[in-house]
Amino acid sequence: MDLATLIFWIIAFVLVGSALLVVIQRNIVHSALALILFFAMASGIYLLLNAEFIAIVQILIYAGAVAVLILFALMLTRTSNIQVNSNPNGKLRWLALPICALVAAGIIFATSISPLVTTATSNLVPYGGKGVCAIPPNNVIYIGELLYSPTCYSYVLPFEIASVVLLVAIMGAIVIGRED
Amino acid sequence: MGLTLNHFLVLGALLFCIGLYGALAKRNAIAVLMGIEIMLNAVNITMVGFSFFNQVRPYSTFLTGQIFAIFIITVAAAEAAVALAMIIAIYRRRSTVDVGEIDMMKW
Repeated sequence: MDLATLIFWIIAFVLVGSALLVVIQRNIVHSALALILFFAMASGIYLLLNAEFIAIVQILIYAGAVAVLILFALMLTRTSNIQVNSNPNGKLRWLALPICALVAAGIIFATSISPLVTTATSNLVPYGGKGVCAIPPNNVIYIGELLYSPTCYSYVLPFEIASVVLLVAIMGAIVIGRED
Repeated sequence: MGLTLNHFLVLGALLFCIGLYGALAKRNAIAVLMGIEIMLNAVNITMVGFSFFNQVRPYSTFLTGQIFAIFIITVAAAEAAVALAMIIAIYRRRSTVDVGEIDMMKW
């Protein structure tokens, strides 16, 4: 077992354990803290997959902004019994359990029999096409050129549409959350 | 043997189903939102795994999986902001965040 596999197993166990903690804790503030651990560990998986930019973005947006937002919402919607049972299970709990188990079994069965998945090998040097543009030296510059570049193959139009989505979300959050 | 694509797909599937359970079985609206965030992160792990193991020559240089993951993160952040604003507005009006009691649009 090489070092990358060992690190993968450690991170995977912490990920699954913290996700289970989010789901089964009785105190919802503890769930939110386990969720922060989950976000931070997911960025370790991205580093393992040579996606440095997404790892940093994961830390900044999820472990930073979304976690603070969720904790704020928890404190603003405080219920009286936050220590005892602030994260109760619904009536559909015993229906949800077999549904989730079936979905997991289906996906894992499909990936284990697919010949495309089992024969895929990693390309540790993903850069090096013969395009018009030179291949950038690291992942952040590469993502930047793929998002902005006017001359090469790039995702400029989806990027601009994403900015419109963010603007609409900001205005919607302000309008919905405003006092009457 | 080193890491294969199957490792990441199975990890993503497990995390997705844990998040699905959280979204289906919880009664606190913020806990439902946490389950949805876990599901989105599981999909991101799968996407970046596909991008890493993609070897079809012209397409593997476009890093489609990583770009897709960036857009998923963008939309997830927007969704979290709007959903939490809605939860706070509902709490201000009705003093509850229980999704079983928020039934004013139920016929």
